[in-house]
Formats: sequence, structure tokens, C-alpha cells
Amino acid sequence: MQARDPRQKIDWSRMEEADNFAKTVRLFRQGRYDADSFRRFRLQHGAYGTRMTGDYAMVRIKIPAGEVYPHHLEQISRLSEQYSIGSAHFSTRENIQLHWVILEDVSEIMRGLAEVGLTSREACGNTVRNVMCSPLSGVCPDEEFDSTPYALATARFFLRNPMAQNLPRKFKFNFTCCEQHGMARMVDVGLIPATRDGERGFKVFLGGGLGNKSYVGHQLEEFTPEEDLLYTSISVMRIFDRLGDRKNMARNRMRYLVHDMGWEKFQNLVLKERAIVRATQSVVTQLQVDRTPGVIRRPLQVCDESGSSRDGYAKWLKTNTMPQKQPEYHTVFVTLEAGDITSGQLVSLAGLIREHSSEGKARAGFSQNVALRYVHKDDLPPLYSKLLDAGLAKSGALTMSAPIGCSGTTSCNLALTNSHRLAKEIQRKLLAMGLDDDPDLYDSSIKISGCPNSCGQHGIATIGFYGGGGRVGKDMYPNYQMSLAGRSDAGTMLGQTCARVPAKRVIPVILKIIEIFRGNKKPGDTLKSWLHRVATGAEDSDVKSISDIKKMLDPLIVPPTKDEDPDFYLDYGSDTNYHTKTGKGECAA
Amino acid sequence: MSGAVTASTDSVRSGVRDKSLRVVDVRRADDYKKDHIPTAVNLPLADLLSDDDPGRVAKLAGAMGIDNETSVVVYDDTFGALASRVAWTLEYIGHADVSLLEGTYADWKSLGLESDSDTPDVQKKDHAASVRPEILATAEYLESAKERDDVILVDNRERLNYLEQHIPGAISIPYRTLGGNGRILRSQEEMRRLLENRGVSDTSEIITYCGSVGTLSGLAYYALKSAGHKNARLYVRSFKEWKSLQKPTAKQEDASYWDLSAE
Ligand code: SF4
Repeated sequence: MQARDPRQKIDWSRMEEADNFAKTVRLFRQGRYDADSFRRFRLQHGAYGTRMTGDYAMVRIKIPAGEVYPHHLEQISRLSEQYSIGSAHFSTRENIQLHWVILEDVSEIMRGLAEVGLTSREACGNTVRNVMCSPLSGVCPDEEFDSTPYALATARFFLRNPMAQNLPRKFKFNFTCCEQHGMARMVDVGLIPATRDGERGFKVFLGGGLGNKSYVGHQLEEFTPEEDLLYTSISVMRIFDRLGDRKNMARNRMRYLVHDMGWEKFQNLVLKERAIVRATQSVVTQLQVDRTPGVIRRPLQVCDESGSSRDGYAKWLKTNTMPQKQPEYHTVFVTLEAGDITSGQLVSLAGLIREHSSEGKARAGFSQNVALRYVHKDDLPPLYSKLLDAGLAKSGALTMSAPIGCSGTTSCNLALTNSHRLAKEIQRKLLAMGLDDDPDLYDSSIKISGCPNSCGQHGIATIGFYGGGGRVGKDMYPNYQMSLAGRSDAGTMLGQTCARVPAKRVIPVILKIIEIFRGNKKPGDTLKSWLHRVATGAEDSDVKSISDIKKMLDPLIVPPTKDEDPDFYLDYGSDTNYHTKTGKGECAA
Repeated sequence: MSGAVTASTDSVRSGVRDKSLRVVDVRRADDYKKDHIPTAVNLPLADLLSDDDPGRVAKLAGAMGIDNETSVVVYDDTFGALASRVAWTLEYIGHADVSLLEGTYADWKSLGLESDSDTPDVQKKDHAASVRPEILATAEYLESAKERDDVILVDNRERLNYLEQHIPGAISIPYRTLGGNGRILRSQEEMRRLLENRGVSDTSEIITYCGSVGTLSGLAYYALKSAGHKNARLYVRSFKEWKSLQKPTAKQEDASYWDLSAE
């Protein structure tokens, strides 16, 4: 049996929830628990439905603030072999997911998680979802202070809290380090650390989010002092709980409430509510922010094998690592194909964290990836060498060559296309072409969703796609709506719709966009900055708008007939003719 | 030792010491030659499978100094699956006292326990073959039995293989689920809980199968026994035969689950 790492201060689990889950599944199977209540119960415990079947679930393991310890990864590796498909999946929200789990086995996974202090509780359903934190919090050169303890405290406060069990809809918190890294404006509550006269606090953004309809969040006030963090969170949630739409599933995220009410009115409500909360909460209601600094101890290096002479080291160093604010230390990003990692790689990764991270843990990232922090600069070559051996040294982690793809038709009930596989295909192509090495493409991103819901975050991508079906006569083919120039930084902006691109033309279209950019860019331009100018009408070359780009792409996206190109009518990973088929949505995302 | 599914490391060590045990190593001959548990004889699985006619198996047993009364412990280095297949075959020819070493040979070695490379002198014995058809499932048997309500068919291959293709009506218990905590079989309590959750009742007859020769499903056969399920059968020719006989199969439709695999 695994034991909890003493450095992990918070035990998120409750063993009895596993037994309770097993019991409830039995009652449900015996018909003594109605389907709707069971579904609510299942989601609240982090077990999501699976494409076209009631027999399987996806278990979403929360990794609060992204902090993951080596023994967690080893345990998840074991669980993936025993109850899932021998691979696990890093999501975009710092969850680790196990797919195709037999519903009756979910409780066994919950037991295994409890053994190591993890939980899937409230990872789905109308609850406070995993509280995210930038993987660079604590090491980012541009941050005011480390927001990790606040993210952990917030997660702890709301987990199993009665006020968060039956919200109108799911509710998400993102803590970040600075304006650049993270997504404070595309979430229900986004928080960026700030200081005023030496006092700690946050810039709080409310009512943003990606989805069928996306909105950018509004900043509540100049500065929200540290002690108001919890009061603000509680009051926002109370208002949402009271006024949020519980009927219309498609419009019940908080961003719709903010939008319908108008920002100023919502803002006033929050400030008023907060005054009440502040006045009425007892003194024991507070965040338990643990600010004792973590122990940084460089692990003893047992082997001095040098990796700097191995192929690809220089590129990997450039595109996968970042210097930290702590001198001599680096953060190393491990990119995974669309977030997938084998059980064997999880074990390798656990070993590498122990051997090379001076903080003895890792952080789940925002892009279906993992970050090892506090790697001493002298340890980078041997780490590279071992990552290479484990198949975890793909370059381009911090570039456009690491696309995001939601699960799509690999498991999601709502999927229209295999967005997951498409992301892998694009990554393989871009890496094979060496495009990860092009500095002009570093700060761009490619993100793909398998339907208009935005789990793949296509709306904030430089080049974003969401799946749908296209048709020639009676023949259907997998198709994507492409948007350009989205971004999630201080200049957060949703991508502009450009064109419908058939699945099997997505890669040529991406390459064409790069070609158009190269033909028109000015010195100092990146694809992102250039597309931003085009999208905002500030470009003075021949390409003046997104629709100019569309015109140039048009010849590439004309569907051939089925006789000319039968492959065009197959989605990636499928050898049967494409047709759309969906089941019932659960969190619609 | 008779009756127990697994033999503890301690009991095997003392059995080796007082020569009350016949230990059978089913790894490849080369590995055996390098080193093995002292006094162990070698019966590579491939050798057994080349012809597992009960008469021949009885002769092989005799040649290893095993008669019908000998206490036998089998081990491998493949999480117990190969050992299970050999143990099951001995059971099938009517040998009652056979169990599996609780860990693998690698576990044995990692504990620093004794090993050597000597080939023991074995005194030949006679082993009668009295076949026990009630622990075997043939394709023909399976086909009619699986229609019965009290029969549960268990597929022990990995989940992705199961999703892609399986015998209609089978439930999936991947072989990795059977072991744990450094043992080839998880504890009785844990195994019982898993089966109970799955609705596998004590009174059902259970037939296990895997990909080709009944190794992974052999391990499952013993996992079931250890959990107290007396009525288990091994479909020894497994899915490979089922497919070659072109019997019906089922699959999970409309999902590209293979693309979730990171392999
Ligand atoms: S974006 Fe659509 S296809 Fe992708 S995971 Fe979300 S609901 Fe499923």
C-alpha cells in the first residue's frame, strides 16, 4: 500500500466515500436509486459519463493547484493498469483523468486515491471544480508573490463545503502568477497576485469563461486585499447560487448571469454582498493559508552521465525549459501528446522528480503537460537524457508545436470529431518539420475542441478549431470551424471565426497560414502579434483582415468527391465513414 | 499446504530446507540455468505447451519427481501468469497439492533470499493422470454455458483489447487487477470486494479467458479460487481459438478509444 508523502500537507481524501460510492452503484443497478439522482451523485464524486455507454466512467482526479507528488504518479500508474486503459490523461485544468473505467470499479480507484491523499470529489458536477494555479507560481520572475498557498487554501475551504454542493452550474477558480502565464480572464473567478504599499492582495476577474458562448472576465476592483479573498469568493458564489439560472442548462454558467445583468450591476451586488459577508462571518471562517516555504534541497546526483551531447538537447533546452527567479534553477516542461501518458511513463516521471526536482514534486500545467521545477542548471543534461529514454523529451513544449486537444470521440458523449487524435497528428507533423524551432511561432498556440463546447479552449488559441460535420450531397465528413488570433494574456481576446476546415485539411491549412505570415510579417513580428494586427484591422500589408486570410485558404478547403479521395470522408483514427453521433451531455463540457 | 492457492515465501524456504516440497521453475531454460530457487526443477512453459496432452503431462511430472501426493509450488517471473498455467495443468491431470509462490522470482531475489544454479538430482516417480474436466472450458462448452444465467465469462486481457473485441457477454477484469502490493494475487478481502462490486456471486460458475494460451486467465482462475470461488473453469485455448473458429465477437462501438492510449 502506498502511503501519503509527509510533505503533502493536505489530505484531500475520505476513504468512506469509496465505500459509499460502491454501495450507491449497487443500489442504482438494482433499480433502487433513480437515474437522475445517481447521475448527480456520480458527478459530484468525480465520475463522468462515457461516450455511448452507461457501463463505463471517466474518473477525474483533482490535483489542487497542480501540485503532484511522485507517489501520486506511481499510484495513478497502478490504477490506470488495473482499472483503465494503461494510460492516464493530463487535462487542461490540472486534473488527471482515467478513462474507460467500469462503473463498478470506480470505488476501487477512489480507495487507491484515498491511500495517497487524493480525491476525485467535486471534480465534475455543479460544484467548485479543481482550483488551478499557474505551474510557475513561486518561480515566475514576474510575479508579485507566490499564489499557491492561497489556491490550496481556497480548494480546501470549498471542498465538501455545503455551500458548494448544489450550485446552478460548475464553478471554477484560476490563480495565476502574472499577466502572462495563466488564464485569469477566462474563468468564473480569476486571480492575479498584486501588492499595494507592501500589502498582499489580488486582481480579481469575474464572469469570464469559454464555452458555446465565451466571455472575457471583468476586474472587480483595483485591488482586493488578501483578507478579502475569501469574503469575495463567498459573496460571488452566494449571488450565483441565488440568481443563477437553474433551468436553462445551456446558459447557466455565471458568465451568462453577469452578461444578462450587466457588469456594473453585478459588480455592485458583489461589493454589497461582500460587506454583509464580512460583517456576519464568524472569525473562524477563514482561509488556512500555509505560507511556510517549501524545502528546496538539491537531490544527490548519483550519476554524472551527460545528456548535453545527445541529439536535440539544445532545442529541448530552448523550447522546454525556463529560468526561474531563483538563480541557477530552471523549470522543465514535459509535453505529452494531447495529455496522454502511459503507466510506465508515469513511473519514470515519478523517479525523475525524485532525482532532479529540488522541491520533490511537480506541477500539472495548463496545456495537458507537466512541469518539473527547481531543476538545477547542472542537472538539466542528465535529466534530458533520462526523459529521452522514457519517451518524455519531445521538444516544443512551450511553443505552438504542443497543441491541445480535448478527448473528442475517444470518450466524450458530445463529441463530433476526434479532436484528440488531430492534436497528436498536428504535433507529430510540426515536430517532424522542425517548426518547434521557429522563434516566430513560440508564443502562438493551437487548441482543438471536438464540438462547440470549449474543453479544448479553442477560443483563446492563436489558431483554434472546434469540430462539426460537413456534407457533400449525402456524404458527411469531419469538419472544423477555425478561429484565429485568440489570446488569454493581458490582452485577452476571443479568436475570430475564419473558415470551416475539413479535418483532413487542417494540417495543410496551418502550414499555409504560417506561409502567409512569413510572406507578410515585419521585423520583430511573431505569428501571434501579426495575426493580432490582422484581426484588429491594424495591418497594412496585403492581408488586412481575417477574411483576407480565408480567401487565400479557400482553394485548400474545397471538398473532393468521395471517389477522388475516400480518406477525406474518414475521421482520424477511424476506418468507417464519418457520421455524427452524440449522447447526452453531463456537464456539457 | 494443500488447499491454499499461494505459498508464502517462508513456507517455501522451509519446504526447500526439509525437502518436503517440489519447487517448479517455469521460466526459460537459460534463465533457470543462471540461477533459481535451490532444489527447483525447470519446466519451461513453452515446453509444456508444445504438447499438453494429460498423458504426457503426467510423464513430465513423474520425471520431475512428482507423484500424486507430492507438494508442489510453482513460480515464474511473469507476475504469476505462467506459473498459474502450469499449476492449472497439474490440477487438470488430477494433482491436488499444487500452489503458487506468492511473489515472483524477482521478488524472491530482491529480498536477498538464497538461490543457486545447481540442477537437483531427481528421483523419478509415477504420476497417474485422472483428468478433471470440471475445471476446463472448451469452445464448445463455453458456447452453450454462456447462455446460462449462473455462468459468468471473464476476459482478462487489457481493457483496450477488450473494448475492441471480446466474446459476447464477457465482463472485463484485466490481469493487472489480480495482483498488488508485491504479490501475484491481491488479498482475499480485496479480491472479494472487487468481485462483489461487479456482481460476481459465489454461486455462479465462472469461466476465464485471455488472448491465447490461458496464462493471464490462469492467474485469474487462481485469483477466483483464492477469493473462495470454487466453481471456476479456464478456457484454456482462449480468444485466439475462439476467433480462429470464427465464433461471434462483440465490440464497443462509436468511440476511438485507441487514440487515448499513449503507446
Ligand atoms: S469540447 Fe466537446 S467534444 Fe471536447 S470534451 Fe468538451 S464536450 Fe467533449
